[in-house]
Amino acid sequence: MNTLVLTKGVPDFREGKVSFDEDGHLERGKTPTVMNPNDKVALQAALQEKVRHGGTVSLMSMGPPGYKEVLQEGMRDVYADDLYLLSDREMAAADTWATAMTVTTGIANMEETPDLIVAGFKTADGETGHTGPQTTWCHHMNDDLPDRSLLTHVVALDVDPEEGRLRAKRLVSGDVDEIETVETDLPAFVVMDPEFEPSYRKADHRLRYKDLREETKARAETFEDHLTVWNHEDLNLDPDFIGLDGSPTIVAGVDPIPKGPAEREATPVSPDDEEAMNEVLGEFTPFAGGD
Amino acid sequence: MTDEHEHYEAVVVGAGPGGAAAAAALARQGVETLVLERGVDAGSKNVSGGLIYAEESAPYTIDDLFPAIREEATERPIDEYLIHNIAGDKVKTFDLDRIHHHDTDWCDAVLRRRMDSWLAERVHELTRETGGGLLTEVRVNGLLREDGEIVGVTCDELDPIKADLIVAADGVNSELARDAGLMNWDEPEDWFQGVKAVVEMEPEVIDERFGLDGEPGAAHLFSGDLFEGVRGGGFLYTNTDSLSIGTVFHLDSLAAERAEPHELLNALLTHPLLDQWLQGEYEEREYSAKLVPDSKKVAHPSPHRGRLLLVGDAAGQMQAQGPIIKGMNHAVTAGGLAAEAYADAKTRGDPTKAGELYERKLNSEGVMDQLRPTRYRATRSIAESDVVTGVGSTLINSPVGALGMKALGGAAERAFNSPFLLGMVPDSSISYVEIPIRIAEVLGEPIEGEGDTIEPPKLADRIGDLTYDVGDPHIELLDDSYAASGTAVTACPVSAEGFGGGCYRDERVQTNGEEKHLVSLDTQPCIECGTCAVVADTDWDHPSGGKGVEYKQG
Ligand SMILES: Cc1cc2nc3c(=O)[nH]c(=O)nc-3n(C[C@H](O)[C@H](O)[C@H](O)COP(=O)(O)OP(=O)(O)OC[C@H]3O[C@@H](n4cnc5c(N)ncnc54)[C@H](O)[C@@H]3O)c2cc1C
Ligand code: SF4
Repeated sequence: MNTLVLTKGVPDFREGKVSFDEDGHLERGKTPTVMNPNDKVALQAALQEKVRHGGTVSLMSMGPPGYKEVLQEGMRDVYADDLYLLSDREMAAADTWATAMTVTTGIANMEETPDLIVAGFKTADGETGHTGPQTTWCHHMNDDLPDRSLLTHVVALDVDPEEGRLRAKRLVSGDVDEIETVETDLPAFVVMDPEFEPSYRKADHRLRYKDLREETKARAETFEDHLTVWNHEDLNLDPDFIGLDGSPTIVAGVDPIPKGPAEREATPVSPDDEEAMNEVLGEFTPFAGGD
Repeated sequence: MTDEHEHYEAVVVGAGPGGAAAAAALARQGVETLVLERGVDAGSKNVSGGLIYAEESAPYTIDDLFPAIREEATERPIDEYLIHNIAGDKVKTFDLDRIHHHDTDWCDAVLRRRMDSWLAERVHELTRETGGGLLTEVRVNGLLREDGEIVGVTCDELDPIKADLIVAADGVNSELARDAGLMNWDEPEDWFQGVKAVVEMEPEVIDERFGLDGEPGAAHLFSGDLFEGVRGGGFLYTNTDSLSIGTVFHLDSLAAERAEPHELLNALLTHPLLDQWLQGEYEEREYSAKLVPDSKKVAHPSPHRGRLLLVGDAAGQMQAQGPIIKGMNHAVTAGGLAAEAYADAKTRGDPTKAGELYERKLNSEGVMDQLRPTRYRATRSIAESDVVTGVGSTLINSPVGALGMKALGGAAERAFNSPFLLGMVPDSSISYVEIPIRIAEVLGEPIEGEGDTIEPPKLADRIGDLTYDVGDPHIELLDDSYAASGTAVTACPVSAEGFGGGCYRDERVQTNGEEKHLVSLDTQPCIECGTCAVVADTDWDHPSGGKGVEYKQG
């Protein structure tokens, strides 16, 4: 069972890491790049299947050379047997379509076609949620690759490698959230819901998980030995169809989200001040009935 | 295998010293061994005062099984051992050198998080080679039975697991021992409650204030009138860059006196005798508490049932040798013997005989006699009777008693150092409170306090430092009347009369013009000491794996 996880670097939005300029625009240069948090969920899912059924987990990204560290982060923090980076200038500024095209070609170039491709749900900086579905679409157009069924919003999964089947639970949001159980043939493309949590109910699985975590941490120290970097020539890609030139999406405009008004009046009251405390209680009384 | 249950040859529940020893010894015999520990890390649930002994006569010591332990996981050897008998502003100090070194190969101070976590790494390496391994954050919640026979364990986090041997090394309040019907948690007199603070202190400062010179450290014990008449005493052990200071009391006495454990600890911390070491400075790293079984009463004479063998505190194998507390070493010995018994039984072609062989080994190796001295059993009913306590008390406090004490002088010190006499010390206030007080009154020197007594943290701050997510409530109050469960309000080390932030609170509720005195329980601040399992009417379980208190020192 070979699984490929797709990932992308995003600005580290955590408090203390992220920088914005005076106009509230993200300062990419000053903000460190990290692995898209939802992609770690995808890696967790891939690791779960490796623990249960064996096989390999590969991690692939398209982006600048600095994304090597993003791949290393995935290998260290979750798991990966090997890493793939699709990187050169011609691929830069790609939209989701050009990304899907490039990634699909990268997949076709792998020695073994993955049985399962897993992606995270949306990235923390782009939020389109299109790359996964479009990659599946590109698969249909690529003669070297098999067709893949696509499952999104997956909150639980398990493959049956012998039968070549995938069973999954999907979170279907509507008026009420529902869980849908679906089954499909492999190969498949799965987009994980952020709610997914790996589940290990067998001692043997937890022990194997522990082994694999140790292994991957050690491997991450020398991650470049396990990294393959491909440029557009390696992949035999026409620059006109990738990167900015190959991107049909036009950004019509970006509107900053207005900041919510944050005005509050506070009167400090000492708990020892009986009169003031009584006043506070008086203020609360009308709400005490639960209205 | 015909069913779908996972199977391991041996499952060891708990990764304290008992579980670690059993697992290492099993792995050495090539037995496929799985170890299940509920803490986020081994040691994260464990508390001890901190002196681990390697006894010369013991068939297994911790360094037999883990040769590098002293270099890598203990704090420092303990060479000096003193007991201070206190009465008012007088103290008489006895050197317990002889009893400390009696049958002792070595003795080191330890902190449990560091030690147990180190042990667990070794255990994982050893057991992994057998096809098993050690898992944390898994709570075993019961025994798996087939046709009434114990065949494995059930867990909160994992599917049921079958095994040919189940070692319950799950410590005091063992859920497995209870499930098997081997132990109950009914009698407060069967237990001690230990409470401890780990106090920050620079290595050079420790050496200077305790008059030490690098490696070997010191142990000090305290008894007398500093604990409001509650039966028990205090201890202070030097670590590398901290002190372990704590108290151990008989739970029945603590309950009867309605004493507040944190206040008793504070009474020790703020005693003028401690000024010489603390000198007005006090930085508490951690507050902790746990029940301690009294082997004299509860060491199970036949700690096994079918494939289940109990080891360490789970079997009540915790020896209070007078003021010296020996639990970890016996847990190690028992763990080693349990593994040996299983291997022997297998060689004889009948692994089901492991329990019987284990029991036989506990006896033939002299472990049982240390845990339950026949002398104590023989003298107990007389020595602990009210009449004798009354007469003894009158005598000790009479001028005749004082004369005797003076005449005895050095003999009293020798008596404290006699393993034979300590084995029959009765559990009455005479031995724990009155004799030490009288010794101090008659023989003592004035305490020269420096007057810069420290101020211990408030209970709320102590709880605040132990922040954790306890998950679903793991203790259910079965009877919330004050009469049934009110003792927990004072005896719980994180609750107190008139304190709203702890686990137990007492409440007065008006119903139909009648006032009811009730108790309410919030398990969020619980540090899982086990006290309310005994003193209150509860349905008591441990929290699920990875949930609840996490000790960093222990
Ligand atoms: C204040 C105090 C001072 C003490 N001083 C000393 C001393 O100086 N010297 C000495 O030798 N002894 C001392 N003791 C006693 C000593 O700590 C114990 O006797 C010893 O720890 C017993 O070892 P054990 O392996 O049996 O159990 P523990 O060390 O209690 O280990 C039990 C393990 O099982 C795990 N566990 C429990 N339930 C489950 C479950 N359901 N599923 C999975 N895992 C579970 C626990 O998390 C724990 O890791 C002291 C105790 C206290 C409280
Ligand atoms: S609630 Fe019970 S187990 Fe928890 S700390 Fe209090 S007495 Fe101990």
